[in-house]
Amino acid sequence: MIVIDVQFARGDFSLRAAIRAKGRILALVGPSGTGKTTLLNLVAGLERPSKGLIAIGDLVFFDSQRRVDLKPYRRRLGYVFQEPRLFPHLTVAGNLRYGMKDAALGQPLVAFDDLVARLGLGALLARAPQGLSGGEKQRVAIGRALLSDPLALLLDEPLAGIDDARGENIFAIVETLRDAFKIPMIFVSHRRDEVSRLASEVALVERGRLIEAAPAA
Amino acid sequence: MEGPPLRGAAPFHFMGALVASWRIAQVALAMELTQAEWTAVGLSLKVATVAALAGLPFGVAVAWLLARRDFPGKGILNALVHMPLVLPPVVTGWLLLIGFGREGIFGRALEACCGLVFSFRWTGAALAAATMGFPLVVRAIRLSLEAVDPRLEQAAATLGAPGWRVFLTVTLPLAAPGVIAGLVLGFAKSIGEFGATITFVANIPGETQTIATAIYTTTQDPNGTPATIRLTLIALSIAFAAIVASEGLAARAKRRGQAA
Repeated sequence: MIVIDVQFARGDFSLRAAIRAKGRILALVGPSGTGKTTLLNLVAGLERPSKGLIAIGDLVFFDSQRRVDLKPYRRRLGYVFQEPRLFPHLTVAGNLRYGMKDAALGQPLVAFDDLVARLGLGALLARAPQGLSGGEKQRVAIGRALLSDPLALLLDEPLAGIDDARGENIFAIVETLRDAFKIPMIFVSHRRDEVSRLASEVALVERGRLIEAAPAA
Repeated sequence: MEGPPLRGAAPFHFMGALVASWRIAQVALAMELTQAEWTAVGLSLKVATVAALAGLPFGVAVAWLLARRDFPGKGILNALVHMPLVLPPVVTGWLLLIGFGREGIFGRALEACCGLVFSFRWTGAALAAATMGFPLVVRAIRLSLEAVDPRLEQAAATLGAPGWRVFLTVTLPLAAPGVIAGLVLGFAKSIGEFGATITFVANIPGETQTIATAIYTTTQDPNGTPATIRLTLIALSIAFAAIVASEGLAARAKRRGQAA
């Protein structure tokens, strides 16, 4: 159950969303500039709705009636942004480990070495992010988000700029997380194959308005 | 102040300038300084080091408030920070005397709690120097904090880092070149500080007499010209080296890419 039922305004831009998806995987589709990224930012707590409810399963992130508004770092969401946003002063390994919890706290969702191998980052660990290609950066960003042991994933066009072979690899990881760990996901996509393969429900975002959730075709 | 210290460092011949300042220092070091002059030089270095280091946390805090926070009275804080830059230094010194002298409200509190006395002590000279350098320190750090991409800070937050951890592990490391430049500027300004220092803590040899106030004394003496020249050369070499170091660091900061 994913609920994004909010009102949001910033300057000239306003957004009214009433998404109540029954499944765990929600795809946001629609023309660019309509507020799909804003919706992800609202879920992550990087932007604040004027009122409404945001929840994934039992986790209530924002509820204006009950005055709930969790800070972003308490939401435990793995957010893969549209651009990699790697920390330029850390190596690839430093970036990957940034969000990792103490090993004592329990088994992580994915093991570091395993993920590094699957993303093909083994040879890059000591490198600085400045020297990486666009696709490499994006893979590091995905790895970094997954290693933070998230309770849900937010993916903003995660496969943009990644070649098909690597994309397939990442797809497989995301599918594993979906099936083996039942981890909820909200993702923005322009690609039909991504949407139909991953999502259980699709929400169409248009001109900052909802946006009806419907089962994926 | 001609523009922010972080810009315009392009055709600066770092090594050439460093060699030039070393030559001046050699001339200065070849001279025979009197005991009193050595004392003034040593005290200047101590005062400037303490002023730059002790002022730094406050500089970082205020720069962060100005760069990253919106709050009522922000304009007033900004104006207050810049006051020492535009006020006559003697006014700043007198205000320090009122506030941090033994009978001053802060002076009394700090003596009671921590045994810290400022008036007519070298600590007071450091306080005066730190106050006068504060606008320059805040400005350098603020510019580099503003250059840090807030989207990186957001990314850190979504990875589970609370605000303080984001600041320590992302913001501050990325702003480090500006922080170092601010430190060097604060040091250089402290070496040159005169008006506020002499007003607040006077000109006591061995306690509060720095290079600047020592030069003031030697210029009052008809036979003091050789001493004035010696101390001037030392002041020149220290100031020059500090500015060169600051420019070099700024150029390095520029070369370093901001976003990956």
